[in-house]
Amino acid sequence: MAVITGVTCPVCGTFCDDIELIIENNVIVEARNACAMGAAKFLNYSAHRTKKPLIRKNGELVEVSMDEAVEKAAKILVDANYPLMYGWSNTSCEAIRTGLELGEEVGAVMDNTSTVCHGPSILSVQDVGIPSATLGQLRHRADLIIYWASNPWSAHPRHAERYTMFSDGRFEGSTWKSYLSRLRGVMSRKKIQRASNLVLKQDFCFTPQVEEGLPSSVHQKRRRTIVIDVRKTRTADAADCFFQVEPGTDYELLQALRVLVNDGELDVDEVAGIPIETLEQLADLLVNCKLGIIFFGLGLTMSKGKHRNIDAAINLTRDLNKRTKFLIMPMRGHYNVTGVNIVFTWQTGYPFAVDLSNGYPRYNPGETSAVDILSRDEADATMVIASDPVAHFPRAASKNIAKHPLIAIDPEVTPTTMLADVIIPPAFVGIEAEGTAYRMDHVPLPLKKVVEPPETCLSDQEILQRILQKVRELRRDMN
Amino acid sequence: MPKLDVLVLTGRTIEQGKGKEMGKLSKVYLDDVVQCNIDPQDMKTLKLKQNTNVKVTTNFGSVVLKAVKSPRAPHPKMIFISYGPWASMISDPRTNGTGMPSLKGIPAEIEPAPNERVLSLQELVNQLKMEA
Ligand code: SF4
Repeated sequence: MAVITGVTCPVCGTFCDDIELIIENNVIVEARNACAMGAAKFLNYSAHRTKKPLIRKNGELVEVSMDEAVEKAAKILVDANYPLMYGWSNTSCEAIRTGLELGEEVGAVMDNTSTVCHGPSILSVQDVGIPSATLGQLRHRADLIIYWASNPWSAHPRHAERYTMFSDGRFEGSTWKSYLSRLRGVMSRKKIQRASNLVLKQDFCFTPQVEEGLPSSVHQKRRRTIVIDVRKTRTADAADCFFQVEPGTDYELLQALRVLVNDGELDVDEVAGIPIETLEQLADLLVNCKLGIIFFGLGLTMSKGKHRNIDAAINLTRDLNKRTKFLIMPMRGHYNVTGVNIVFTWQTGYPFAVDLSNGYPRYNPGETSAVDILSRDEADATMVIASDPVAHFPRAASKNIAKHPLIAIDPEVTPTTMLADVIIPPAFVGIEAEGTAYRMDHVPLPLKKVVEPPETCLSDQEILQRILQKVRELRRDMN
Repeated sequence: MPKLDVLVLTGRTIEQGKGKEMGKLSKVYLDDVVQCNIDPQDMKTLKLKQNTNVKVTTNFGSVVLKAVKSPRAPHPKMIFISYGPWASMISDPRTNGTGMPSLKGIPAEIEPAPNERVLSLQELVNQLKMEA
């Protein structure tokens, strides 16, 4: 039995680096400190995996050698006029770098999953900039946390524990105890309600407590958390205060807050379904904190307004910085989606949606982005690595992936691999192969190799290197 | 059959997140991504019982899902579906020049579909192949 400490978790953008793994006979038997999502990966990653390369022949997937699969993949890319190479956020920076070299060689459009998560945030940051910090700074100093259209309880389960409301920083403590006492209150109310229902044999309801404006807890001298969302999520349950906004009205709410923060007046009764008096109190709270942070999620980027919502959120942060210290950070989803933006930018100048078909990089999201290219049926071959666009792209785009040759470099069985013509299963990065990834606050951390991969599985980087070599050979032969 | 105009929200749940790491063929994943979380009041309006099938139709397609009473209510006239192949069947591919499709706040119509089946993952993939 071996205990490996300080392992990074290759799942979400929180990219925890304190995981302890217990290994027995090359198998992970226990994952300490990991959340349900992280533990699910460490303990089950191998359950549905493909171990050998497969090629579709007469409609059936058949096992082939690595050389044959690599040759077929290279041929598809060389024969294509406008190939799309998509994915990248669940692999190492080293593999991404090799992938970009391959993309340049075959004149591909290189796009990554940020195109369907924080792509609009990137567009906005390019327009208006971003005041940000590392998560460590926020853990120690932030006294006002805002999760806006983001539900870390489900998507980044340890974010609150490591960096915000439930973390013990040097200057700001955890609010775990006050959450527990609130929870106990709710539970005992529910218990009394159930007991009364049994005794009285009728539905007995507590009159809900209607608080005017903000609850008193947000004025306490400790770290406070506010959630703003269209649904009362689990994160909202744990926060001191929750604002339910009408769907598609975040932009109005952000702009209204900007007016109030700048001491303007609004001649309306409510904005986004929230009374103006409550908003005035919220604006006061924002202005009077010592260090505030807005963590925003896909609820802002995927809904009406898209990057304009983010413009407004960043501008609100800028306005707040005239009065106090305020920062803002996107809640990045996959563990290396930040890294893929960084490596794309080093190599091509642009973070996603990079068209290399002209021999130089061109960037025009809306035109050179994966969903648009696929919806217009322009790509005549697709290579997907470390991602599952068929499960997550709108039907209009996915059906055109299915229409043309598809290469999937993925160890798992997914809707994308189910449609693929060539499947090359790699070793799992961060478990069976090492590398580097960037946490959501742009801090690079190492991915560890903790067990040996099956003999038939190479790392993503090695597979891409082999395809690149083969592409070069094929092109040499053609000339 | 009663019908209701709603907005579709798609997103992550902890079960979907756990399930995707256990594998897209795992029961945890497949059980979660076919659920349509509906406000209890809307369930009453639609005369729906827990786990009966519903059909959700947008301008971009329709899909049959399993109706469940939302644990995160109230959110009247808003339904929630976890990210996954079923939600993608009805999402809006238009990106408004940003590259990002509209995956939250899609106008839809929801109706009970007791006689229709929730497709399996393989059937869904086959459907995409046929449409190609
Ligand atoms: S929060 Fe994210 S990175 Fe941390 S253990 Fe959970 S899944 Fe892994």
